[in-house]
Amino acid sequence: MKEITAAPVEEIKQKYAYVEVNEQQTIIVPVDKLLESMQGLKDEFEFDYLTNLTACDYPDETKLEVVYNLNSIGKGYTVMVKTVISRDNPEMPSVFPVWGGANWQEREVYDLLGIVFTGHPNLKRILLDDKFDGYPLRKDYQWESGRE
Amino acid sequence: MLRTQEYVLNFGPQHPSTHGVFQILLTLDGERIVKAEPICGYLHRGIEKLAEARTYTQVIPYTDRMDYLAAMLQNVGYVQAVEKLMGIEVPERAEYLRVISGELSRLTSHVLATGVYALDVGGFTGFLLCFREREKMMDLLEELTGSRMTLSYARIGGVADDVTEGWLDKLNKLMDEMPGYIEEYNGLITGNEIFQARTKFVGQLTPETCINYSLSGPVLRASGVNYDLRKAMPYGIYDRFDFEVPLGTNGDCFDRFYCRVLEMEQSVRIIKQAIEQIKEVDGPVMAKVPKVLKPPKGEVYHEIESSKGIIGYYIVSDGTNKPYRLHVRRPSFINLGYLDEMLRGYLIADVVAILGSIDIVLGEVDC
Repeated sequence: MKEITAAPVEEIKQKYAYVEVNEQQTIIVPVDKLLESMQGLKDEFEFDYLTNLTACDYPDETKLEVVYNLNSIGKGYTVMVKTVISRDNPEMPSVFPVWGGANWQEREVYDLLGIVFTGHPNLKRILLDDKFDGYPLRKDYQWESGRE
Repeated sequence: MLRTQEYVLNFGPQHPSTHGVFQILLTLDGERIVKAEPICGYLHRGIEKLAEARTYTQVIPYTDRMDYLAAMLQNVGYVQAVEKLMGIEVPERAEYLRVISGELSRLTSHVLATGVYALDVGGFTGFLLCFREREKMMDLLEELTGSRMTLSYARIGGVADDVTEGWLDKLNKLMDEMPGYIEEYNGLITGNEIFQARTKFVGQLTPETCINYSLSGPVLRASGVNYDLRKAMPYGIYDRFDFEVPLGTNGDCFDRFYCRVLEMEQSVRIIKQAIEQIKEVDGPVMAKVPKVLKPPKGEVYHEIESSKGIIGYYIVSDGTNKPYRLHVRRPSFINLGYLDEMLRGYLIADVVAILGSIDIVLGEVDC
């Protein structure tokens, strides 16, 4: 089996003192340092490919976790970066200036989870109707019918 | 007084060339596109939300209904993600069956993409020709899985059942014939002068743009970026096969189309090797997994190379028998995100050529 190079998580941690690394080697970045560290990951660690961007709702802890999966095409490693924002004020910077691939993915997260990405060029609903009320992937969303 | 002004032309959502239900609002200056606003969501079923109320096994049929043209690859991506979360070892024979049915699925998808693309730019014969082989592959898939399109053949821990007797020989025979069929496609479609005039140097993408906009699959590789997860991060047993990653040079519609044709040849190579190797491998096709699947608390992200590009599954488990959160990174959705910039400056006649060359499936775009 071809060995897949592990991402240089330790180096990233040394370079950016404010990031945390959990036991699954996921990097956790505070939201106010997000753009700075993402730009650094792209420029200095060659994470040139934003493969996945999504979010998950945790109402018990009143938080939303935004997840970024980054690949490096040249180096062949991958990393998961997370940031936590408050559920009551779901606003955070868009990473569209760093990776254009965030364009539709952030719109999707906005559409289904109601996270507002400031600095996004065209933040509006993408899958649901413009008049749709609520954010269905939030855990407290109530739908009218449907089986349990 | 004479004056010129831009106008808006509506394309879709009910239009055969959108490959489903998809709308584009084209702002035009004469025949030239100034701006294009893609509108999707007409087929949104909320699969991610539905999955939260299903058990892990019950989610498998939903994955079929995203990219229904290459259902096996969607299945494999999902079950491998759950297996990664639970640490399940898959029996070797099941791995081979996944590769064989997965590559066969990729072939059906690419054959269809080739034929439909010919139809998109006006060649009806090529379309019908491709359906001839697709039918043979569908028959084989039906014999293997009981279903023609929504296969649901993969299981968490293996595959549903072993192959029937003689099935591998039938498949081997078709794979022997495939290079001849591909030759026919090249003669009828690829080499056609009108086809080349319609597609060469249209909708060109630079490698930098492709990487920046997270494009994947043949769209990315047609621009010369060598990034195929089967090679870059081999999952399953893909490191046991000898195959190449076809690349384009111009990054235009023709290269994207031709990349798929070349990939068909590679899929045939992989299937033929897998048929040879599976003869030596005996044993069960399912691992010993508990009846009720309760993955430990945690999360996982796993991605594989589907026929359209990289398909990734992000699963969060809270320790119960249902996923707390399931997100799918759908290649068609992300590849479509660059459509606006791709269309700008081209003529109305190129819209269908460019859209068709991305090879989207609306079931996957809208999820």
